[in-house]
Amino acid sequence: MKLLEHQAKDILAKYGVPIPKGRVVDTSARAAAVAERLGSRVVLKAQIAAGGRGRAGGIKSALGTEDARAKAEGLLGTRLITAQTGPRGLQVRRLLVEEAVEVKAEYYLGVTVDRSRGRITALAAAEGGVEIEEMARTKPEAFHREDIDPFSGIRPYQARRLAFALGLRGDPQTQTAAIFSGLVRALIKNDATLVEINPLVLTGDGRLLALDAKMILDDNALFRHPAFRADKDGDDDPAEAAAAAVGLSYVRKDGDIGCLVNGAGLAMATADLIQTAGGRPADFLDIGGGVTEEAVRAGFEIIASDPGVRAVLVNIFGGIVRCDLVARGIVRAHRESGLRVPFVVRLHGTNADEGKAVLAASGLTFETAETMAEAATKAVALARGGERS
Amino acid sequence: MSILVDGKSGIIVQGFTGKEGTFHARRMIEYGTRVLGGVSPGKGGGLHLGLRVFDTVAEARGETGADVSILFVPPFAAADAIMEAGAAGLRLIVAVTEGIPILDMIRVKAFLSGTESVFLGPNTPGLISPGQAKVGIMPGPIHRPGHIGIISRSGTLTYEAVNQITVAGLGQSTAVGIGGDPITGLSFVDLLEMFRSDPDTEGVVIIGEIGGTAEEEAAAYLRNGYPKPVFAYIAGLTSPQGRRMGHAGAMIERGTGRAEDKIRALAEAGAIVIDRPSEIGATVAERLIPMMGRP
Repeated sequence: MKLLEHQAKDILAKYGVPIPKGRVVDTSARAAAVAERLGSRVVLKAQIAAGGRGRAGGIKSALGTEDARAKAEGLLGTRLITAQTGPRGLQVRRLLVEEAVEVKAEYYLGVTVDRSRGRITALAAAEGGVEIEEMARTKPEAFHREDIDPFSGIRPYQARRLAFALGLRGDPQTQTAAIFSGLVRALIKNDATLVEINPLVLTGDGRLLALDAKMILDDNALFRHPAFRADKDGDDDPAEAAAAAVGLSYVRKDGDIGCLVNGAGLAMATADLIQTAGGRPADFLDIGGGVTEEAVRAGFEIIASDPGVRAVLVNIFGGIVRCDLVARGIVRAHRESGLRVPFVVRLHGTNADEGKAVLAASGLTFETAETMAEAATKAVALARGGERS
Repeated sequence: MSILVDGKSGIIVQGFTGKEGTFHARRMIEYGTRVLGGVSPGKGGGLHLGLRVFDTVAEARGETGADVSILFVPPFAAADAIMEAGAAGLRLIVAVTEGIPILDMIRVKAFLSGTESVFLGPNTPGLISPGQAKVGIMPGPIHRPGHIGIISRSGTLTYEAVNQITVAGLGQSTAVGIGGDPITGLSFVDLLEMFRSDPDTEGVVIIGEIGGTAEEEAAAYLRNGYPKPVFAYIAGLTSPQGRRMGHAGAMIERGTGRAEDKIRALAEAGAIVIDRPSEIGATVAERLIPMMGRP
């Protein structure tokens, strides 16, 4: 779960990280009021859970109260499409209004999970504010690293080394070391997988400030942090939210063949096979291992009621999941919602024969397949063949 | 032969008396696996499925002589249970649990690095040496004893591959799920190394997916030469960036973890890359049956 900038900054402030003066607002009138309090020049920053905001016009500088009001008006309620949001973009519901500062130097500070080594790593670079992904690829030597003990956290000498590596001396060095300690504590205490300040700036008047902050929480650890779950910003795709509510893992794509599959790997493979067969998958839907008949019903309905979907492919390799349970869920989806989308079913493994019997007895029209290749070919033909009635 | 487990392996089940533990322990026993007992803290002293229940892993190991533990422990308690198994000196620990926090796994790895234990998972279907031992949740009957080693990040996609290989007239030496989480114990590289020296394995199938760099690391390892044919299928060519595809570890992040890059790396390292998941069995059979002349 990616936190919004202002949420990340509020958390980091609790761990001693200095942040600019500012306030989050949801109306242009409040934006104007905050601008008035902060002084002449302010920055308005769209609060969406995606990067690339600056280039997409989501960060604006304003001079004076009226300018702040007008620019807030122009941002609030719009959908911002950045390199990271996908084509739908994300709606701007809140703005962070902050003091504008004069920047003398910029640094990158981050603490992250190094996946391939299975460790927590703290990173520092003397060039902040740039595209950090790009820099990691082209200039990996620009990063100074320290591996963090996952039981005891960062040691003072490690924090000092990182701050010295940025070329800092005196007060800014001491302060930056303290900021690193705060970042590591914030990551560990909140079960984050990434905590990042990019950039940390040295201002004209000699202050260090976290100008932008990013924090990603581990979804698997949210049970230890119920407050975050409640605070989640509700800009999810409604179909994705409906699937999540019944415990299904669903991601919408832009094709026309809906997919209902058990298992993440098999679901990705099924989508790939549809593409190889000349079709376009409309979604990723993994019904998982402990699925109920009701969840299958809901899942099928979510897929089939997407107006872009012209055919549905069901691919089940029954292990723990019983094919007859899936079949019953599909039949119920049709009985209860009057769906009319053509579909093809491939059932294999646990109770496959019982599942096929349930479908055959239902009176529904559908195609069957023995292998996933046959299922993909038939689904592509169905999607091409019929306009939806 | 096989790797990691065989007919002599003695298994204990952590989370033995819970719903999942009970269900899968029963199926492992029915398969013929030497399940020797289980651990459920607070329920020690009783019998479950006709086997002894212990309060601690150390006790279970001492009393039964087990060398392998499989865990069906819920996410909030799983890391502690894995460390308990490591402290008790189990040779192999298999964590089926899905949803363990990432920082817990980092602590587990740090802890286990100071022990002799080998760790598989988490979020894995487990492993099976057909005809000898099933230490996991996979359906037993689709497997057949044979000479293909399988290493996979997935569950049902592995069953699909196993089934195709069996239908094609071949069998498996050992099929291993390394798990779908971002941080795992045994890696593709570790298992390729084990299959390398297993005289009964004549070819290895790698089933990877988007996210992380485990497949690229396997490719780097294969570049130095490998004595057996390696086949690879990578799922997720049509998966969007920045979205998690079911598995916690299946996400393209910050430009890394793309299927195209993994496929290219493996092909350049000499692996036989299979484009369609429906052709895993046929491709392996076409290449290996003429070489082996036996299943």
